[in-house]
Formats: sequence, C-alpha cells, structure tokens
Amino acid sequence: MKNAVGREIPDFLLENGKEVYQGKNYMDGKYVQKASPKTRRYEKPQESKIVETIKDALIQCGARDGMTFSFHHHLREGDFVVNMVMKAAIEELGLKDLTIAASSLGAAHDLIADYIEEGKVIGIQTSGIRGRMGQVVSEGKLKTTAIIRSHGGRPRAIEAGEVHIDIAFVGAPTSDCVGNSRGIGGKSNCGSLGYAMTDAKFADHVVVITDCLVDFPNMPASVEAIDVDAVVVVDSIGNPKKIASAAARISQNPRDLMMAENVAKVIASTPYFKDGFSFQTGVGGPSLAANLFLEKYMDEQGIKMGWAIGGICKPMVELLKKGKIGKVIDVQDFDLDAVNSINQTPNHFEMSASQYANPANKGAFVNKLDFVVLAALEIDTGFNVNVLTGSDGVLRGAPGGHPDTAAGSKVCIIVTPLVRGRMATVCENVVTVTTPGDCVDVLVTDYGIAVNPLRQDLIECLDKAGIEHVTIESLKEKAYSMVGRPDPVQFEDKVVAVLEARDGTILDVIRQIKPFTFED
Amino acid sequence: MINRPTPERFRLRRTMMFMNAQKPGLIKDAYIYGCDSIMLDLEDAVAENQKDAARFSLYHALKTIDYGKTEVIVRINGLDTPHWQEDIRVCVAGGADGIRIAKCESAQDVKTVEAAVTEAEKEFGVEVGRTLLMAALESPKGVLNAYEICCASERMFGVAISGGDFRKCMQTKFDPSGIDMLVARGQMLMAARAAGIQCFDTVFTDLDDNAGFEAEVRQNKAMGFDGKSLINPKQIRLVHEIFAPTEKEVLQAEAMVSAFREAAAAGIGVFTVNGKMVDVAFIPGAERTLKLAKACGMYEGDLV
Repeated sequence: MKNAVGREIPDFLLENGKEVYQGKNYMDGKYVQKASPKTRRYEKPQESKIVETIKDALIQCGARDGMTFSFHHHLREGDFVVNMVMKAAIEELGLKDLTIAASSLGAAHDLIADYIEEGKVIGIQTSGIRGRMGQVVSEGKLKTTAIIRSHGGRPRAIEAGEVHIDIAFVGAPTSDCVGNSRGIGGKSNCGSLGYAMTDAKFADHVVVITDCLVDFPNMPASVEAIDVDAVVVVDSIGNPKKIASAAARISQNPRDLMMAENVAKVIASTPYFKDGFSFQTGVGGPSLAANLFLEKYMDEQGIKMGWAIGGICKPMVELLKKGKIGKVIDVQDFDLDAVNSINQTPNHFEMSASQYANPANKGAFVNKLDFVVLAALEIDTGFNVNVLTGSDGVLRGAPGGHPDTAAGSKVCIIVTPLVRGRMATVCENVVTVTTPGDCVDVLVTDYGIAVNPLRQDLIECLDKAGIEHVTIESLKEKAYSMVGRPDPVQFEDKVVAVLEARDGTILDVIRQIKPFTFED
Repeated sequence: MINRPTPERFRLRRTMMFMNAQKPGLIKDAYIYGCDSIMLDLEDAVAENQKDAARFSLYHALKTIDYGKTEVIVRINGLDTPHWQEDIRVCVAGGADGIRIAKCESAQDVKTVEAAVTEAEKEFGVEVGRTLLMAALESPKGVLNAYEICCASERMFGVAISGGDFRKCMQTKFDPSGIDMLVARGQMLMAARAAGIQCFDTVFTDLDDNAGFEAEVRQNKAMGFDGKSLINPKQIRLVHEIFAPTEKEVLQAEAMVSAFREAAAAGIGVFTVNGKMVDVAFIPGAERTLKLAKACGMYEGDLV
C-alpha cells in the first residue's frame, strides 16, 4: 500500500492495526491505552542494591532467552555499557534471541554486529544505526525486521506497549547505592539522562551501571531509585573523550558561514521572530553557526530568545549565560560546556525524551517550537528528507529528533550544501524518507534558498524581506548539472528495517542491499 | 563551453575576492558568495613550479563554470617573469573579463600588456578590445606614475594599490590609522579620478580583527574608493554594507534625478529639491547612488 509520501509499504507489515503514514497530525485526538510494567516489590528495607557483576544483576532480574534489553545513548561513541551488558548476557549466561531497544546505536557497538551474525541478537529497535551494525542489518543478517524510530516515536512506542522492555540498563555517570542516578559529578559525565527516563518508568526491571558511586542521596536524580532493581559498579562506563567532545567550535568554513547567515536571515524575516521566540538547532557546521548570526539579529532588534531545546552545546550555553535566552531545556549534551552547565547554570534544565518530542502525550516541547534548523543527507523535490541511509542504501544515520522537531515547529529549516563530493544532496527521490516533506518548510543551500510551496506565508515573508529564493526543482537540476544524475540504488525485495513515523504509522521501509554490478 | 558576455568597462566593483587559480575547490563556485568580481590568481598564490598547472586549471574553470553576473578577472605574473605572455594567452583563450597587471610601474607596462592581449585576441578569434585591464601599483614608482598608467589604454577600468609590497618599499608597516598608506591611497585616487577610471584599495589580511577591518573599509569609503580587494568570502558582507548608500541618500538621489529629468524636459537648468539648489553637475553622482542602491537591493525604480 502506498503511503502519503508515495512509499510502497508491503501488506505483511500492516497487521495488528498497523497503518501506513497518512500525513501530519493524523493521530490527533485518538486515545491510547498506556502499558504498565510488571515490577518487583522491595518492601523490606535495603541498605544497598549494589551487586558484584552485570551477570549477577541479570540473574537477579530474571534474564532469559528472548528478552528485550533497553539502552540510552548519552555516552555516544564513548559508550561501553551496551557491549558490557550484551557480552555478559550472551557469553557468560549463554542467552540468545535477544532484542536491543536503544535510543540510538553507533560505531561503538560494532561488537553487536557479531552477535547479530551469530543469531544471538535477533531484534534491533533504535533511532541511530551505524558502523558494522548498520552494514549487517542492511545485508539482511538480522533475524527479525529492525525498527527505526525518532526520539519522540520511541517513548510513544514504549508508553503504548509496542516495545515491552524486560530490563532497562542505565549507564549513569554517578549513582548512589540504591540507584539514584545523575549525568554529572563523576568521571564519565554526559549531562542530561533524558532518553533513559521513560525506559526507567516503563521497564519491568532497571539496572544502573555506574563508574562513580556517590553518597546517598544523589540528588536531584534523573533516574530515581524507586524504579531501580540493582546497581553495578564498573571500572568505566565509557571513554570520556568520546562522550562529550571538547567545546563545539563554530565553523570558520566560509560556505557554512554563508549558509548560516542565510538561515538567520530567513528566521528574522518571519513574524515568529519576536521577543520570547523558541529555537532548536543541530550541531552540524552550518546549523551551529546559525546561532552566531541569529544573535546579531536579536541584538539589532533588541529581542531575546524565550527558550531553546535540543541536544545542547556550547554556543547555546553561552547565549544562556549572556542572558539572551530565558531557559534551556535539554535531552542530551554534546560537549563539556553543556555537560557542565545542565542543572548548574540557572535556567538550564533537563527533560525526558517524551517531554521533548513524544507526539502521543499531551504536548511535548517540540509542539511549541517556533524554529528548528536541521541538516540532511538528502532532500528531494517533495521536501522529504533522508538522514538514515547513505547513497549506497546502507543504514548509517539516525532520524533522532529530526521528524519530531520538523513536525512540531512553526518553521523547519533544512540547511545543507547542494552537493557533497559527487553526491547531489538535493535530488529527485530520497533513498529513505525519514522526515516527510509536509513537515519541512525551507531549504537553505550554498546555491540558493527554496521554500516549500505549502508555505505561501513564508514565501511572502522572504519576498518582503528581499531574500531571493528559487524552486527546489531548480536546485536539484543545478546539483545534477554539476555531479550528474545518479542511477537509483538497487535493493533486494527483503525488508530489513521498518521506519516508523513518529506517530507509529509506517513511513518507509529499508530493503536488503544488492551488491553492485555493472549492467551489461 | 561557457561564453561570457562582453565585459562592461564601468560596472559595480565593490568587492574583488582573490583566490588561487590552482585550487579547484575554491574556484569551482566562487560566485555563490556574492562578491562583484573574483580575482583568480596566477601570481603570488601559485608556486613557481606550478604555474603551468594553474593555467590549465584556470582555463578549464573559465570554460566550464558559469560565473553568471560575477566578473572574472585574472592576476597575471609580473612583466619581469617568464610567465606573463603565456598567462595572457590563457586568459584571452578562456574568455576572462579582465586582466590585472601586477607590479605596474609605467604607462609602457600597460601598453606592453595591451599589445600582447591584442595579439592573443587575434590568435584566439576573440573580439579585439574585449579584454579589460587594470593595474596594480605596488611600488613608489608605480604610485608616482599613477596618472599616466590610468590613461595608458582604453581597456583600463581601474587601478589598485597593493599594500604589502608598497609598505616594504616605503620601509613602514601596517598602521591601524592608515597613515602608512595615506600618500599612496591619496595619489592613486586622484590619478584614477582625473583619468575617469575606478580605484580599489588593498587587502586587509587579519581575518580575526573585525574592528580593524571595518575601520579600514569605512576609511576607504570616506576617501572615495570604488571597492576593495578581499581574501576571504566572510569579508564581503561588511564591505557591501558600508559601501551601500543610506536610505536618505537614496531618496534624495531619486528626487534629484526625477526632478532634473522633468526640469530638463521643460527647459529649466537650475531648480530646487527639498529646498536645495540642484543643477546638472549633481546628476551623475545621484545616478551613481541609485545604481549602487539598486545593486544593494535598496532601490527598485527605473531611473537607472
């Protein structure tokens, strides 16, 4: 069945009430029955929940074949937790048929690719999938179909019981002996623990893994002891250098700066750019640099930003400290400046992924967002964006909060160079639709700006401000004139991953890659 | 194959951005930054043993990249090198809009280049006279001969001062006040204006010193320069902002030009606009203001 972005969704996926993507806000007003976990009572007072090893914690939580383990990705490419837990479960306890439900997975988890090939791990549910794991899943080696969700779609699915978490593992930079956990105060600090919060509330069992045990009570806790079954103290939960990079520097690349300046110009031309406006930006070169130019426009017009959300890094923290933003609320921190600021700088708060982006709750932060600035691997002439699959069709990215912020915000701006090497970024048809075109409003490239024809109001704003813009078709033609028109990527029939829209409908599928051969 | 339109001798040239002609990544789409002219360099940016490679890169860029409205000028090697003749052949064959003569010291230097350009135009079947020239004054001698240089050819559209070399010759160094270059700038501006051609200031090399750059550009405008040479795209915006007329200037210019045209049609020579006496002498300046305003997106009328 064809969905609202023109993707053919095979019928076998449309069971148990699963539907194809119908367009923005399709589920609005519907009711959802929330799932509830089956949790163990610890009525008798416990001095401590510390157990010797991860294996002991697994045994205590009744780990067995076929279970679903959940993880969060605040430790990013520095994460040791996923591999440690899966190693203990598979190699020490001999478990198999396991499913990993993570907020994201990366190249730090190449080891899991082996477990997939050995058939020990049979299910993957995640936002990001990269490295060797992306490769083996794309090669069709995972026993079940992987499920890719956005950061808002994941807590939605957990709350609705579409993912049932048997054991949630929380990699905690600090914890006390009963599991009150925080993202700061230790040696592997990551700041926010926003992605782990829903897991802790909806999992049957919760295990905290920390490398820095602190005195009870570790307050204010991001994950609370009332939800925690066991605490394991290990030497190290991650490589600090890869958890939080040194301060994110604003690009000096003139191309990035020019695009960033145009992003700010577009923002300033709209009626939403007024005192108290709200904003989220990515950490890519031109997205981050947009901060710099936006500040200029704010100063010129004498206005302040009301609040900012997102993954947070230094430039945003600096604006907060200068008093140019009212509040910063964040679900993840990308650099040391952000890590050291959350819950410390006044008005810098932590939030859960559900609070950030879940479309099925009663109003996530993204729903009140004025502007979001995002990147893209590809964007097609229908304004559909791909941030998941590479030009070879292999899984190597993450929808993350992209579809959530795009759908919730009043103005969603995609900023990307027109071509990357020999690849046209603006193209006829993206390989995979991760963010539907009806949520994307403006495209800023180094060769020009295009506005989604659905947004005639924004076209008027740009015209009034004298900002030149062109059609997205002309940008695509320009790109093809420079790098050539690519042949479509070839796939086998087998569906290796389903890409869920944030509301739970099916937005696209990823099929098994076909080894490249030259045509006769 | 790109065939660029016939270059305009006098056009808006607020910003001329230098880039190494040998760097495809830089020159492939330099027009996207919105400078008025790009200056593809065969001279100092290119190592001595890479001159030929740079010429190939330049030729193919000129022939395959559509620079659109952005003017394309090439800085050739000095007349004291073995490279300049071949540089000129490449510029003309590729269809560059203009050539910047490095280290120009006399009218004869301009005439020497002009002869080679004419010869190349004939060789490659390019309309004779198409290729424009500008001269870079880099020495006290060049500055002293500025007027004869400016008048040396019908192809000449402007002169520029090259600060680095000039300061070395004068045994001075950069000074934020501009005192180091005051005489050169003044003499060159007077010569250019007397000859009726354009005049461009030297590059500002400290990319981190935004305040210093702004001060220099403001002084350039106050002195009467037409534009400035740049080394980085991020310098473009500020120059365009500073060289833009004010809204009041645009309104006044518009009023003067339209009043003048009405008055002239009615046979009146002197008249008043907003209480100020105006005659024909004010009109070229007012028209120039309107043209500049149009380029800056500040004027949409049809008087210019």
